[in-house]
Amino acid sequence: MSKMAKIKKEKQTAWQRFCAWVNGDTADRPLMPADPPAPRKTKTDKNKKQKTVSSRKEGIELNRFGSIYRICAVLIGVAVVTVLMVTVLQLPLFGSPDNPAVNEVVERYVEKGLEETGAVNMVAGMILDYRAFDTFGESSVLFLAVTCVTMLLMRDKNNTSKDEDLLTAREHVIEGYEEDIILTKIARLLIPCALVYGIYVVLNGHISPGGGFSGGTIMGSALILFAVSFGMIRMSRFFTYATFKKVTSCALLVYAASKAYSFFTGANHLESHIPLGTPGAILSSGLILILDICVGIVVACTMYGFYALFTKGEL
Amino acid sequence: MRLILELILPALLIVCALAVTFSKRLLVSVVIYTSFSIIMSVIWVLLESPDLAITEAAVGAGVSGLLLIYTLKKIHALKGTSDE
Amino acid sequence: MEHLLINHYETAAVILFGIGFLNLLLQNNLVKKVIGFGIMDSAVYLFLASQGYIVGRLAPILVGEVANAADYINPIPAGLVLTGIVVSVSVTAFSLALIQRLYQKYKTVNFDEIVQLARQKGDE
Repeated sequence: MSKMAKIKKEKQTAWQRFCAWVNGDTADRPLMPADPPAPRKTKTDKNKKQKTVSSRKEGIELNRFGSIYRICAVLIGVAVVTVLMVTVLQLPLFGSPDNPAVNEVVERYVEKGLEETGAVNMVAGMILDYRAFDTFGESSVLFLAVTCVTMLLMRDKNNTSKDEDLLTAREHVIEGYEEDIILTKIARLLIPCALVYGIYVVLNGHISPGGGFSGGTIMGSALILFAVSFGMIRMSRFFTYATFKKVTSCALLVYAASKAYSFFTGANHLESHIPLGTPGAILSSGLILILDICVGIVVACTMYGFYALFTKGEL
Repeated sequence: MRLILELILPALLIVCALAVTFSKRLLVSVVIYTSFSIIMSVIWVLLESPDLAITEAAVGAGVSGLLLIYTLKKIHALKGTSDE
Repeated sequence: MEHLLINHYETAAVILFGIGFLNLLLQNNLVKKVIGFGIMDSAVYLFLASQGYIVGRLAPILVGEVANAADYINPIPAGLVLTGIVVSVSVTAFSLALIQRLYQKYKTVNFDEIVQLARQKGDE
């Protein structure tokens, strides 16, 4: 009976802990326990002194395991490459038009694509019209990645020691005073060009090579260049964590809404009933332009977010 | 001419991959990995997919190289900086 | 052998896959493991895109009013690879963030040393 009660109690506590974790209340048991590790040298010295006898035995065992592991790894790698090479020998010749990958789907995409999607660039027409849900999932993957990196690298009380805080504060002070003159002059020339080029690539995604992903990355690298050359303090005047959250989630929601709209207008192969316009004009091809802009914004924010989290640990 | 280029570029890719594997310093391997991406983007142009070329040049050579180098700075693997 | 030379992109992709795979298994340094993973990614993309290429045809950016399927290469691999490249950069960023956290905890990026330190912590 008492055992049952104990189990029940444990379960309850586990449930309560889970509730606390969901609510974000991790004060008593932090998700990533912060124990600032001691400086490298003293630690290894201590280890050496304590573990000389036992570690020798362990080391021999580890060595033996290591050599077996190495041999096995090389064998497996060679086996994989051999099997794949044999497969390559069976493949059809490179660049032949009767390659089995070139089937009726490709014909349909190329011949009907222009009138159905209105996009001149068939790749954009494919990934943002026929397979738009796939691309939506991918933008969500990017958002998820930047969320995970935020969880891992965002600075707060739990994962930074006082020394590190001091170090970053000093870096901030240095950054405030020191401005590299060559870098800032060149950056002043380059940043507008890069931004405009990124916007051009995003807006022309459906009529020329490019699109949301590449244009978004170019815009993101322009933002990164700004942050590198003028410092994070000036960057935070117009781009903070709040703007990041708002802009990214708004772009994702607009994407979801504009694709869900096609559910209501016609369930048959997801028509959107938006006039396609003349092919080749910027304002054409229905939803593709809007979706491209959304993807571009998400990608640009994600790339800048990666940079900011990797350098300073804050957005 | 084109055939020579088509044979040289994959060979260069393999050379870059081997150089990444066997280089002693981390910074060297990161820089070689970035050049690997640039060669890759030329190959995309040869394979008639300009979308991929633009994306690879921006992502592979730009952002991921930057992230790798900042990671090296964080793990104190860069020589000649105050962090080492 | 001749077949391998004609299919040179596929052959290079397979060799690159092998190099990246062995990097992933044998390197002790975590950063190099991540780079090996990126090489494996690129190898798969190269293989996919070379399957879509057809000699003498243009990129799938339509020219003129009527599109003829015999004039353009296969757009499907390009779309798939475009998706893949952007996902692979987010995977790289995530694993690099994990490496930074491991360095903060153990002060090393050597995989064996991290395993040993983690074991010692478990013993204590």
